[in-house]
Amino acid sequence: MATNYGPVEIAGVVAVIGVLTYACRLSFIALFGRLDEIPPVVERVLRFVPAAVLAALVLPSFVTLDAGSFAADKFVAGALAAGVAWRTEDVFATMVTGMGVLWAIRFLL
Amino acid sequence: MDTAAFRRGVRDVAPLLLGIIPFGLVAGIATVNAGLGLPTAVGLSVVVFAGASQLAALELLGQNAPLTVVVATAVVINLRLLMYSASIAPYFRDFTGRWKAVLAYVLTDQAYALSVASYRSDRETDRKWYYLGVAVTLWAVWQVTTIAGALLGTGVPDAWGLEFAIPLVFLAILVPAIEDAATGIAAVVGGTVAVVGAGLPLNLGLLVAAGVGITAGVLTESATGGTDGD
Repeated sequence: MATNYGPVEIAGVVAVIGVLTYACRLSFIALFGRLDEIPPVVERVLRFVPAAVLAALVLPSFVTLDAGSFAADKFVAGALAAGVAWRTEDVFATMVTGMGVLWAIRFLL
Repeated sequence: MDTAAFRRGVRDVAPLLLGIIPFGLVAGIATVNAGLGLPTAVGLSVVVFAGASQLAALELLGQNAPLTVVVATAVVINLRLLMYSASIAPYFRDFTGRWKAVLAYVLTDQAYALSVASYRSDRETDRKWYYLGVAVTLWAVWQVTTIAGALLGTGVPDAWGLEFAIPLVFLAILVPAIEDAATGIAAVVGGTVAVVGAGLPLNLGLLVAAGVGITAGVLTESATGGTDGD
């Protein structure tokens, strides 16, 4: 998997993501004084962004409905790493478990 | 400059670096895997400075997704920064506009979490310099590790499946984000829709899944009466 985009397009994407991300960071820090509270509707919606987005990023890497490209090693490694993430909430332990299981299946079995 | 407060920030963030260092290395390696070079790795890390969105953008660029989808996905992931901005803003109210601009640039999950916890405790600390101690340390370590990852990246064989470390990082951040039934529903629905929608054109599966998952969470909260605010 390698990109076909050229350096100008890549630089443009980086710049746009950078500006919009900075706008998110600065938003309320700059607004306070003028605006005293985050609107409750916005807050209610934002609360669900991390869970929904991260789950949507994670799950397709472990499971696929397409039988032809289903990878048992990734499924097992992902499931065990999920268990460790649940128990420890530790990034390092989760990565070590997931990669360790993947390598064990690929290189030892 | 309050060096004591700054140093306390550095000390408090030190244990978290164990998670940041491999994450940064993976972000650097992912740049190489996507067929991009060191300048892009540095550009993303300095200009964007938000790991999860950097990884998502690299993955989509590697798949040649439309640029609008790349940008939209990365920005959706970073919308949580709005929450941190709103939550920490009252503590920054008295600083000058220039300081606010600097402090906002280094706002991250970890800098937010540690600083607000410290501000809420009884401990007397200089807010600006404590925050900078945490946030600047994270910034520096992130830059060094992503560059190191990009330099190391080409030497790693495909069979190692290093790109698999990316969803593992997301997984580790996902679990603490599930705080109650409603966020749990948002995650289950978002993840399921993403699996089902993996074949959607233009790599739109992720955005659709995020939208449906967020909606499911909001509806669940309304149906169960919700927790009203926090």
